[in-house]
Amino acid sequence: MITNFILAPVLMHLFTAILLLFFWQKVFVQKVISIVGNSIAFILCLRLFEMTLTNGYLTLQLGGWQAPFGITFMADTLSAIMVLLTALVSLAVGIYSTSSLNISRIKFGYFFIFHFLVMGLLGAFLTGDIFNLYVWFEVVIISSFILLTVGGKKMQMEGAIKYVTMNMLASVIFLTAIGILYGITGTLNIADLAGKVAQVENKGLVTVTSLLFFVGFGIKSAVFPLYFWLPSAYHTPPSAIAAIFGGLLTKMGIYAMLRVFTVVFQPDHFTLTLFSVIAILTLITGALGTINKRSIRRILSYLIVCHIGYLIAGLGLNTELAFVAVIFYLIHDVIVKSNFFMISGIILKMRETVDITRLGSLLKDYPKFSFMVALVLFSLIGIPPLSGFWPKVLLFQETFKQENYVLLAALIVASFVTLFVVIRIWSEAFWKESPKPITEEIDHFASFPLSGKIALIAPVIGLTAVSLFIGLNANNVFKLAEKAAYEMKHPEIYINNVLSTKE
Amino acid sequence: MELLLVILVGAFYSAGIYMMFRRSMVKLLLGLLLLGNGANILIFLIGGITKGKAPIIKPQNTEFLEVYADPVPQALILTAIVISFALTAFAIVLLKRVYTTTGSDDLDSLNIQDLDI
Repeated sequence: MITNFILAPVLMHLFTAILLLFFWQKVFVQKVISIVGNSIAFILCLRLFEMTLTNGYLTLQLGGWQAPFGITFMADTLSAIMVLLTALVSLAVGIYSTSSLNISRIKFGYFFIFHFLVMGLLGAFLTGDIFNLYVWFEVVIISSFILLTVGGKKMQMEGAIKYVTMNMLASVIFLTAIGILYGITGTLNIADLAGKVAQVENKGLVTVTSLLFFVGFGIKSAVFPLYFWLPSAYHTPPSAIAAIFGGLLTKMGIYAMLRVFTVVFQPDHFTLTLFSVIAILTLITGALGTINKRSIRRILSYLIVCHIGYLIAGLGLNTELAFVAVIFYLIHDVIVKSNFFMISGIILKMRETVDITRLGSLLKDYPKFSFMVALVLFSLIGIPPLSGFWPKVLLFQETFKQENYVLLAALIVASFVTLFVVIRIWSEAFWKESPKPITEEIDHFASFPLSGKIALIAPVIGLTAVSLFIGLNANNVFKLAEKAAYEMKHPEIYINNVLSTKE
Repeated sequence: MELLLVILVGAFYSAGIYMMFRRSMVKLLLGLLLLGNGANILIFLIGGITKGKAPIIKPQNTEFLEVYADPVPQALILTAIVISFALTAFAIVLLKRVYTTTGSDDLDSLNIQDLDI
């Protein structure tokens, strides 16, 4: 179905950002505009999601130039899921940041850049043109650079250098891969590339190009060996920014991998083995990294790396059931990681630190909040029936069926280490007595006005409820993931939908 | 012409990666710039070089009669140049700020925070 509606969420964020420019110094007006813009964009994304589910594929040929000549916008089930997740997380983080950020940062144009970042993410998930994907990636990374560095202190600057360098390097590699791909096929449209790549006789060159894409996307999604920029950067910015980075930015790389390695390239045996090996190493390094850390945010940064391994593992198995697991895990991971970064921000407000050795008695002082955090932690580990459980079961089952026992062992070890660090966070930060008495000066949260408290807690409650909903309603989410996986395994439907659309 | 560009691309990439491995922040920046330029020339080279045949076709012709220059790689390069311009401008400001806050150009001196677990 051809519709202009695909662009609506992207344009909504663009207009919100432009509108914010006119209220540069008026903090309250900025907050209101941002919340309204996010809410409308969320409704638009919900509508887009619903349209994709009922009509199948949505396409838009920009400027009326037929594919493969013009730039195509395309929404299939996978894109629709990602768009909906982005809208959900950006709404939650948008509300959260109205209360958690200090005024000087908002006056530096935080909301303005935030909406550009979300616009870039939505564009990347909806485009059907590989060079256009590169451009959206750049929109996202330049916004993320600014969010990461603005108003930063020394530690933030140090993390930012690694972040900026690695992301710029990834972009160059991605651009090189696009250049070579254009050289061997003469097209940039993802659907058109699929057919042309299959006709190329020099298979070695195709494999090398596909691996260049893997390296480019791999740096962005922090897989082994080029993951180190993530743990040294993600714990430095304020929690609201870390929440959107941790939830969505690495997943953008995974989305691009899923798209490129199902439609454009059909991975051969060598590539699949490589994915499995990389997945094992990512799982193990990420898991080991969490063990000796004391700051909750650092633990969380390494957990992101570790859990990216699950997604790469599913990509390496390359079966339909594995893709179901990957998509299910993606849905769970985006929500839980963003949520937990926001929770770490609230803990910082309650205790002035996120170092678990110096934290304590949170359960005694904030019992309701602690029980909610417990739910999030449980779904992070994957305790049934919460959201993390179902994709893990599927993935383990599929790995076992494929007789990839080393990978299975790595998946289980990573799961256990996650369990271990989560228990450590719980017992140190929530259960044990606080090592020093809690005074009024330390607990900033208690002195917040009621509206501020609501703005901090409501997004966390919302995302926790979504986690619970996914866990308890796993049947429907499974069906959704199954539909997306079916489409990924049958790229010809995607290709036909893009190439055969006539005005 | 092609051979010359091939050598140039190779030189840009290798010099860029070599510069990125150095400890100085300025050299890191130069390395990134060289890599970006290398990628641009690679696209230009790989899109096929056709001399003096602008892709402008008379209205009465409905099909290509001879080989024309491909306009797409140039559009790609132009986009990439604009993006890398913005990124470089940002990177220069960032490195300047890091230099003023830490007072050092040495990248190895920036690893203090990784020791603090």
